[in-house]
Amino acid sequence: MYGFESMTFNIHGGYLEAIVRGHRAGLLTAADYNNLCQCETLDDIKMHLSATEYGPYLQNEPSPLHTTTIVEKCTLKLVDEYKYMLCQATEPLSTFLEYITYGHMIDNVVLIVTGTLHERDVHELLEKCHPLGMFDSIATLAVAQNMRELYRLVLVDTPLAPYFSECITSEDLDDMNIEIMRNTLYKAYLEDFYKFCQKLGGATAEIMSDLLAFEADRRAVNITINSIGTELTRDDRRKLYSNFGLLYPYGHEELAVCEDIDQVRAVMEKYPPYQSIFSKLSYGESQMLDKAFYEEEVKRLCLAFEQQFHYGVFFAYMRLREQEIRNLMWISECVAQNQKSRVHDSVVFIF
Amino acid sequence: MSGTSTVGDSSSWATALVKISPYTFSAVGIAIAIGVSVLGAAWGIYITGSSLIGAAVKAPRITSKNLISVIFCEAVAIYGVIVAIILQTKLESVPASQIHAPESLRAGYAIFASGIIVGFANLVCGLCVGIIGSSCALSDAQNSSLFVKILVIEIFGSALGLFGVIVGIIMSAQATWPAKSV
Repeated sequence: MYGFESMTFNIHGGYLEAIVRGHRAGLLTAADYNNLCQCETLDDIKMHLSATEYGPYLQNEPSPLHTTTIVEKCTLKLVDEYKYMLCQATEPLSTFLEYITYGHMIDNVVLIVTGTLHERDVHELLEKCHPLGMFDSIATLAVAQNMRELYRLVLVDTPLAPYFSECITSEDLDDMNIEIMRNTLYKAYLEDFYKFCQKLGGATAEIMSDLLAFEADRRAVNITINSIGTELTRDDRRKLYSNFGLLYPYGHEELAVCEDIDQVRAVMEKYPPYQSIFSKLSYGESQMLDKAFYEEEVKRLCLAFEQQFHYGVFFAYMRLREQEIRNLMWISECVAQNQKSRVHDSVVFIF
Repeated sequence: MSGTSTVGDSSSWATALVKISPYTFSAVGIAIAIGVSVLGAAWGIYITGSSLIGAAVKAPRITSKNLISVIFCEAVAIYGVIVAIILQTKLESVPASQIHAPESLRAGYAIFASGIIVGFANLVCGLCVGIIGSSCALSDAQNSSLFVKILVIEIFGSALGLFGVIVGIIMSAQATWPAKSV
């Protein structure tokens, strides 16, 4: 019954919801970002971060610091918080929390397969994997030669197994196929997550539908823009779009035939929520599109915290944290490479 | 609808209802007064308590102030106990010939109604205060100036239980059993 979740949600989810809201209070604010942007060296960044909640994670790092260390430790904090919440959660919250990490699992699988294709060492690749997306048999991915083996040897035991039904072919893995595989898996994952949230019903379904629809639409636009000028056919492109979201189905029809960015813009401007995003870009420009999408996503994620007694806050928190880590990585890279003027190009303030 | 006029008219619902002893109604009323009030109080306490504990992990300063929400929920159970005690003092024995007299039935129904009023008013009051208390704890953890403002909402919420108690006591004052006939 929508509207009456407040009576029974707290039995299983009350404690964790309060914990995640406490974590949200620890996200970096605009004032923190301003301080960080003024830093001259990575040690300054470490000093500023030690006053925030990242303090305990960074204080034992020896100088000279590296940007990857900062990002790694910040990600470690997120992983610790996630694991705490996961072990405290009961069904269906625990399944929901696991769903949030499947995207990272897909990224890790693709990372290892691509790296193996380019003859990199497996251990080096494993270190680059995102910790939230690790699973037990991940190292054996390096052995597989084509997708069928990939599935049979490794992935059939992971939660990603049901997403593979659409992309098992016997072709050998190469760069193009791997990208298509990544997008097909992600499409199946988003649809599965969407169905799961619909099944949960109530405020969770409503809020998560909105957030996932935005994600699906954003991926559709990115796929379109990235495949302009490649050998991806229109039908293949259409197969990679998810079957929900604001753009489904008419927007997808139009996007599938787009050949350049201005056509994409023309399609998107018919949809009011995306028209405001595209109006920020001048004609022919696509670099700022990522930042515009991130800003819109952050706005929607913050709105998820306005309601109580639903699971959307967990998803929103994880995404906001990831955005914060992206911001920190960008700031660290700009400081390390002495490009302070470009710092504000890609930092999205959350508060 | 034929009432109790004919003794042999046993096939109408009204007769069946009226033949139930007024003591049954009174006892059920007293049970509902205390039982459902305590249900409301417990429901409210767990709703506010679980949020309070989680929020206090990151913001320990909120614990002592936010116990007020738990106390408001508890007050609801106390209203139930008080009314149940008052109601049980209204029970008197009447001789067997008077059990189904109209006065007796009236007394039985008055106690039953009083019990239902208090029980269900306290149930929703406890729920209301519990949900507000949970939001109060979460907001206080983020911004401590919000606490007093949300407390005002809680006070209005707990007035609901008080309304129920007042009406219940007025109803139970009607519960006069027939005097013992000579």
